[in-house]
Amino acid sequence: MNIKQLTTSIIASSVLALSATTAFAGAAEDQGMAISKEAKARDEGWVDMTASMNMVLRNKQGQESIREIRMKVLEIIGDGDKSLSIFDRPRDVKGTAFLSFSHTTGADDQWLYLPALKRVKRIASRNKSGPFMGSEFSFEDLASFEIEKYTYKFIGEEPCAIGSCFVVEQYPTDKNSGYKKRIVWIDKAEYRMLKTDFYDRKNSLLKTLTSEQFQQYKGKFWRPSLMKMVNHQSKKSTDLSYKQYKFGNGLTAADFNKNTLKRAR
Amino acid sequence: MKRIAWIAIGSGLLMQPALADELFFEATGKISTEVTFYAADGQFANQNYRTNLSLSAEPEFYWQWNEQRDSLTFSPFFRKDQRDSERTHADIRELSWVHLAENWELRTGLRRVFWGVTEFQNLVDVINQKDQVEGLDKEHKLGQPMINLSLVKDWGIVDFYLLPGFREQTYAGANGRLRAGLVVSDDATTYQATNREKHIDLAARWSHSLDVYDLGAHWYKGTDRSPQYKAISEHGKPVLSAHYQQIEQVGLDLQATIDSWLWKGELIYQDNPQQNFWASQLGVEYTFYGIQETSTDLGLLFEFGKDQRGKKANNIMQNDIGIGARFALNDTQSTTMLVGAIHDLDYHTTSFSVEAERRIGDDWKASLEARAFSTGNSDDPAAIFDQDDYLKLTLDWYF
Repeated sequence: MNIKQLTTSIIASSVLALSATTAFAGAAEDQGMAISKEAKARDEGWVDMTASMNMVLRNKQGQESIREIRMKVLEIIGDGDKSLSIFDRPRDVKGTAFLSFSHTTGADDQWLYLPALKRVKRIASRNKSGPFMGSEFSFEDLASFEIEKYTYKFIGEEPCAIGSCFVVEQYPTDKNSGYKKRIVWIDKAEYRMLKTDFYDRKNSLLKTLTSEQFQQYKGKFWRPSLMKMVNHQSKKSTDLSYKQYKFGNGLTAADFNKNTLKRAR
Repeated sequence: MKRIAWIAIGSGLLMQPALADELFFEATGKISTEVTFYAADGQFANQNYRTNLSLSAEPEFYWQWNEQRDSLTFSPFFRKDQRDSERTHADIRELSWVHLAENWELRTGLRRVFWGVTEFQNLVDVINQKDQVEGLDKEHKLGQPMINLSLVKDWGIVDFYLLPGFREQTYAGANGRLRAGLVVSDDATTYQATNREKHIDLAARWSHSLDVYDLGAHWYKGTDRSPQYKAISEHGKPVLSAHYQQIEQVGLDLQATIDSWLWKGELIYQDNPQQNFWASQLGVEYTFYGIQETSTDLGLLFEFGKDQRGKKANNIMQNDIGIGARFALNDTQSTTMLVGAIHDLDYHTTSFSVEAERRIGDDWKASLEARAFSTGNSDDPAAIFDQDDYLKLTLDWYF
């Protein structure tokens, strides 16, 4: 084999290898998307939900701070959900309420009610990566999961806390996201997101979210009672526990407007 | 007997409001201690002091029944001021019953209402009288008696207001700071309406959100909340008397929320016995999110206020630009700061302000407010504040 043949052969095998990688990447993307779609599909049809959220914020020294929020959510098939959140703690923000119409694509519509001024303010929803009430959860971490918000890549299967999990990389499509990617562990039996690693814009591991104490509602919908978010860079953490999940409250779009925002208690 | 669910003051329990057929009750509120430091003695008689201490309390009692369709709110306000007997005052901020139906709600009693979108002033915010002794920012309002029917339609929310009973603006007394050279007399108030403060005022407002736009339009007919002043002699002493005329006004407010930009505008056209005029407040706010790789947001504000009456307007932003920088640290203590300046293009004078606040623990909040008036122009109505540069520290306790 002369040099020329060798070169040709190397190029040929490189091209082959390259096309194999491309084909594999395509399959991994399809598979990642398929798993995420299945997770979304299994969680459709819950119609409406109310719950109480309790957050314990811990700083590096372990000092705690409490947040209490009640929320009402209406499922909108084909678009993002409508939600109304009412803040109870800390006391200086008691009565503050937040109305959000999220959308699968484009900016969400958000209004904040400030009880001391009796003022409703439309706010920019651009701030997806900002902290929610000073916690380690950002606004985008708490938003409803929509297929269009990410591109996907299937990584493999791994044993996890409950059985075996699919591991999928999700790349945010929104340029305002605070993340380069997130890696989610979805259990193969029920398609629940058990764990999520968040990577910042520089692709360093920023946070890990673990969801625990899953309960099934209406014989179909799994919800965690505890979500633990740990920030590896700041060493702060937030435990978010959900109480009093209630489905089928008969909520309609009429429960989500500026009048209901102003009188939310 | 209906069971009464209590939330005891200070208890950490979170109660779900009103299960069917239960009466829900909740008591909350705040108590505030405020100390003000002035840079100099005042320029008028009885203002020879540089510190002032003041205490206030604003509890709120709330009842809800009939499967959340009826509620009653009672929120009194009390202030005790070290120096100013006029600032020592009480008000009922709210005593109102709200009844909900499928597509409408009826709100009856003393209430506060906010209309508007801009930051430096709100021209369209006409329903309530200002509790001016509380501060220059016009955020403090007296409870207004009203019957308010609110209809929710596909094409927006429509509010109708019947406003029986007018409230006079509050003013600093002889020993108070931040006032005119002459004190406004409570006893010398005059009205254009023969039935004086019993005149029934009317208002209507439509508001709607369409895509990125939030729109509002209003009509108001009744007693002007902002009076005209006249120097008179009362018991041989010169004082100011306030005269409240009848006005009819229409107005628009609009906000466009586009990415990190908020475009804001308020416009009014008013017909009063002296003249017809228009006034506008237009502005923009741009926010930089997560500056310098931190969680801090920085919002920059720019607004321009214009009143067709020019220097004759009883409106301090008659031809003024306002600029501001708003910092939100988004930390556990919700620390925020707003630095601002207003420049008057007619009188070439400027005033500066800083407002900052931070939560302490779970139940306390500390705030700072400072203002400096650098008029140097005795023609500017704001020249009355020339010696009143101040720093105010407030500590709120929430329960």
